[in-house]
Amino acid sequence: MRFTLEVWTQASRDEEGHFERYDVDGIDPDASFLEMLDELNARLAAEGKRTIAFDSDCREGICGMCSLTIDGQPHGPNQVTTCQTFMRDFEDGATIRVEPFRSGAFPVVRDLVTDRSALDRIVQAGGYVTTKTGPKPDPNAAPVPPAVQQKVMDAAACIGCGACVAACPNGAAMLFTGAKVTHFNLLPQGQPERASRARSLVLAMDAEGFGGCTNYGECARVCPQEIPLDVIGMLNREYRRGARREDDTVGTRT
Amino acid sequence: MREFWSSSIGKKIAVGISGAILVAYLVLHMVGNLNALYGAGDGDARVDDYAHWLREFGEPLLPHAFVLWVVRVVLLCALVVHVTGIVQLRRRAAAARGPHKAKPIGRSLASRTMVVTGVLVLAFVVFHILQFTTLTIDVTPLREGAVYANLYWAFQKWYFVLIYVLGVCAIAFHLRHGIWSAAQTLGYVRPNRDRAIRSAATWGSIVIAAGFLSIPVCFWTGVLGAPA
Ligand code: HEM
Ligand code: FES
Repeated sequence: MRFTLEVWTQASRDEEGHFERYDVDGIDPDASFLEMLDELNARLAAEGKRTIAFDSDCREGICGMCSLTIDGQPHGPNQVTTCQTFMRDFEDGATIRVEPFRSGAFPVVRDLVTDRSALDRIVQAGGYVTTKTGPKPDPNAAPVPPAVQQKVMDAAACIGCGACVAACPNGAAMLFTGAKVTHFNLLPQGQPERASRARSLVLAMDAEGFGGCTNYGECARVCPQEIPLDVIGMLNREYRRGARREDDTVGTRT
Repeated sequence: MREFWSSSIGKKIAVGISGAILVAYLVLHMVGNLNALYGAGDGDARVDDYAHWLREFGEPLLPHAFVLWVVRVVLLCALVVHVTGIVQLRRRAAAARGPHKAKPIGRSLASRTMVVTGVLVLAFVVFHILQFTTLTIDVTPLREGAVYANLYWAFQKWYFVLIYVLGVCAIAFHLRHGIWSAAQTLGYVRPNRDRAIRSAATWGSIVIAAGFLSIPVCFWTGVLGAPA
């Protein structure tokens, strides 16, 4: 297959970026989008030209590292990660625009690589449970009803890729943060911090400069893990309840 | 309280609650307006009695027009919170998003046009109060207390009918997204209620719009006749 690529090129965080055109041909329809870029990079390197920087790790859709905006849509057209997007899903001869994930909170490091550590700092503020180390507890000591398990597992499927943020016209991280609240606040292990968790997470989220939610729902439409919009409803509920409680430990990190 | 208002979620909750207050008023106003459909009634139109009753509601326990003024103050406060909250959230969102705008993937037309419809509604409300409450827009022979006659004369003019149709359609659009969005922000939407709340938002907006529109349409088409 043959494609024309318009690839965002940016030397460093502080420099201006622009689109660079590349023509690639002889691409296997079953190549993933990242393998197509590998191929292009190999050819560029052979010609002694500058290669394109992009992120990836597992290449099987579970790590959340790959993060391209393809024709304006985070990860690509199919609501799966970029590494799980295949060239057969594009038309032969198509012109494809490739950008990094776009958001004020995700500065571009180089070309298609962004710094998404803002999400890690949200997790540090409340995306954890307090446990005692020591002898292994009885596995069945903390029963979890199946309905709760289901909801928690749906939320815990988040791979932290940041596509929700990149799809959001408001640059919000509500789906991500909502997934953390749903994941930890419903499990018995998460109860010690339940009163303060939503508030701590929201404080951290706001401090990172993420926007507010206007319920467009774009985040859930691009989430490769199909995390439902309901986690944002859960975040709103937990925040509303937490806001009524007195809690001196809010905002402290351990 | 300060932390609540300055947080992205707290501010949105305040916008949702103030919006709900405005919608509650809208429903009462629409139902009250339907009194005009009783017609001119031999110089004693039912909608005139209704307007009169609004002013003496609560008397003699409360002063004249007291409840009316309480409602006006509450509405004004709700409007200020609603608009201030949205302006601040929009600013914050623009900064958070950065210079590269997000391509529409599946977001609805109503959700994308909230700012436009909101501004239209605000302009319409200002116009509307100048016309029927303060009687400042006096293109037609308007008289205080003669609500039926005022409505009749106003809606003989095609351009007033048009303004009302556009204003009410803008509100219906605003509510179509607004009602569901407020329910989600306040945490009432759950997976098993989502569809019900979405159709309540759609049908609620349609019913409110149809109720309001029945009046200018009935006057314009001659279904409601001249005041006695
Ligand atoms: C076709 C639709 C409508 C008609 C025929 C209508 C009619 C009226 C009339 C006759 C009054 C004056 C009442 C009085 O003096 O006692 C009034 C007041 C008012 N209306 Fe409407 N209205 C309509 C739609 C709307 C809509 C859609 C809104 C809001 C978005 C609205 C907001 C108001 C407000 C805020 C007042 C002033 C209330 C006060 O302070 O006394 N109206 N309307
Ligand atoms: S590279 Fe791991 S999810 Fe795509």
